[in-house]
Amino acid sequence: MEDCIRLEYDVDGENFASAGNASESVKRTLKQLGVSPEFVRKVAIAMYEGEINMVIHAHGGKALAEIYPDHIGIYLKDSGPGIADVDLAMKAGYSTATENIRSLGFGAGMGLPNMKKYSDEMTIETAVGVGTTVYLRVNF
Amino acid sequence: MEVTLKTVVLDSEKCIGCITCMRRCPTEAIRIENGKAKILYDKCINCGECVRSCKGGAKRPVYDSFDLVSSYKYKIALPSPSLFGQFNNLDDPNYVLEGLLALGFDEVFEVGLAAELVTDCTRRLMQKNTLPRPVISTACPAVAELIMLRFQELADHLLPVYAPAKIAAKLAKKQAVARGIPADDIGIFFISPCPAKVYSLHREEVSNEKYISGVLSQSDIYFRLVEKMNKIQNPRKLCKCGYSGIGWGSSGGESNSLGLGNYIHCSGTRNVLGLLREMSDGKLEGVEFVEMNMCPGGCVGGVLNVENPFIARNKMRQICDKLRIPPATMEEYGLDESFFLWDKAPEPSTAFQLDPDRFAAMRKLVQVEELLKKLPGIDCGACGAPTCRCHAEDVVMSGGQPHCVKLEGGQA
Ligand SMILES: Nc1ncnc2c1ncn2[C@@H]1O[C@H](COP(=O)(O)OP(=O)(O)O)[C@@H](O)[C@H]1O
Ligand code: SF4
Ligand code: SF4
Ligand SMILES: [Mg+2]
Repeated sequence: MEDCIRLEYDVDGENFASAGNASESVKRTLKQLGVSPEFVRKVAIAMYEGEINMVIHAHGGKALAEIYPDHIGIYLKDSGPGIADVDLAMKAGYSTATENIRSLGFGAGMGLPNMKKYSDEMTIETAVGVGTTVYLRVNF
Repeated sequence: MEVTLKTVVLDSEKCIGCITCMRRCPTEAIRIENGKAKILYDKCINCGECVRSCKGGAKRPVYDSFDLVSSYKYKIALPSPSLFGQFNNLDDPNYVLEGLLALGFDEVFEVGLAAELVTDCTRRLMQKNTLPRPVISTACPAVAELIMLRFQELADHLLPVYAPAKIAAKLAKKQAVARGIPADDIGIFFISPCPAKVYSLHREEVSNEKYISGVLSQSDIYFRLVEKMNKIQNPRKLCKCGYSGIGWGSSGGESNSLGLGNYIHCSGTRNVLGLLREMSDGKLEGVEFVEMNMCPGGCVGGVLNVENPFIARNKMRQICDKLRIPPATMEEYGLDESFFLWDKAPEPSTAFQLDPDRFAAMRKLVQVEELLKKLPGIDCGACGAPTCRCHAEDVVMSGGQPHCVKLEGGQA
């Protein structure tokens, strides 16, 4: 057996309704593995926010989950516009979402802060015009 | 876990092995085996969706026989609010109460009245602000079961208060005993709109004591009751339940009665599943209370009803408009919160775990994912499982071979 389980998802940048499908599937998987509810919840919230960010800010991307017996690593990778000022983006309430997006109930500027809050480790690799990869780790 | 109590069963004779119920079951608890729709009881939440969807009537709800009532000396009937929506031209709910007495019951205790008391207790608990928000109603046992089965991360949001039928039974018993009736003589019968309540009242998962002697079906007593009601001329004013309690019979009744601003109510299996997903993703910021009913429209949509849920709801609203009785309070009945609170929390179910051991579960999951790559992913149902994923899991769990009609020779 490999040392981890790898699950990969395409996150469709055109489709708001399908945003959350990847985190939903990961959540289901963790439950099947008997990971306790509090961790499932942390993973679900953190991953969902990352998925939504790829949809609303980066025209979609790929989500990769690596599940180990004691933790999960999540990579959210896109080829979108990148983040010019990561510290600013991490501030609670900061958002560049358009009025349109806000009217759909997204863009409260709490996504990145919540991803940080619900994960044990988070790194952002980003370059303007190239794309962004967010890594999240949640220990069980 | 071994499940011995079954409140939905298959009538094999009638089952033609179509995949309708399997597709609609919200917990993927049905498989077609040897041409018959078998229920996997460890995943079944007794919601009755398969009963509702089976065109041939092959899925049957199970409940206690009316004959059981006569084996008790002092018989108490507990009619649920939705019962009042089942009759044509009913302008006075007292006909129903008189009808039940004419059927042989010695006393009628309205579940709607207990519902008003539950509202009072819930309101107090909400004010204390100790319960995690949003608080999730536990009045629909199928929803509570679904959470313990598939949304355990929301378990601490469950309102730890007995459902109205249980409170009605507990209070009716208390009052009867206080009047000097020997406890052993008392038979308490809930008249249920659904198999989920039949199950939960018999199983008593959150309580140490059982107060119910039997659970009858609304559809089963309906014609006997109508016959008695038709003979009643001037019913006495027996009704104690008001508009608030009757309102619990349809979706929104419970949450409306709490006087909160920020709440959600929804009904129907797909809607409930959708809302649970949103909640589990942490998306219900600011919401105080969530009421979910598995049946369309609320308990008026339960599969043991006779009337169409939306027609019944309209009838109930008209009865409510005439009822001027204000909601009952805990003081009036000399009750405190302890009367309502669960003795113990419900157990999470492990039915969806691949293995109790994490490593073994991971190994199985790898096999499932491998197998899934070979299956066509069209969820056609011909293998007897609702989705390709379910089939892959079944195969891995049972150690058998896949049998997919879309694959060469049926083997992956
Ligand atoms: N994947 C991404 N690609 C480009 N920009 C992003 C991405 N994720 C986040 N951002 C930027 O960071 C800001 C803050 O993100 P977040 O905290 O999730 O708030 P919100 O998504 O509500 O705007 C966003 O408004 C956006 O400018
Ligand atoms: S009662 Fe509900 S959960 Fe049980 S098998 Fe039928 S549809 Fe599925
Ligand atoms: S909504 Fe009401 S009738 Fe339907 S399953 Fe739940 S409790 Fe039973
Ligand atoms: Mg965001």
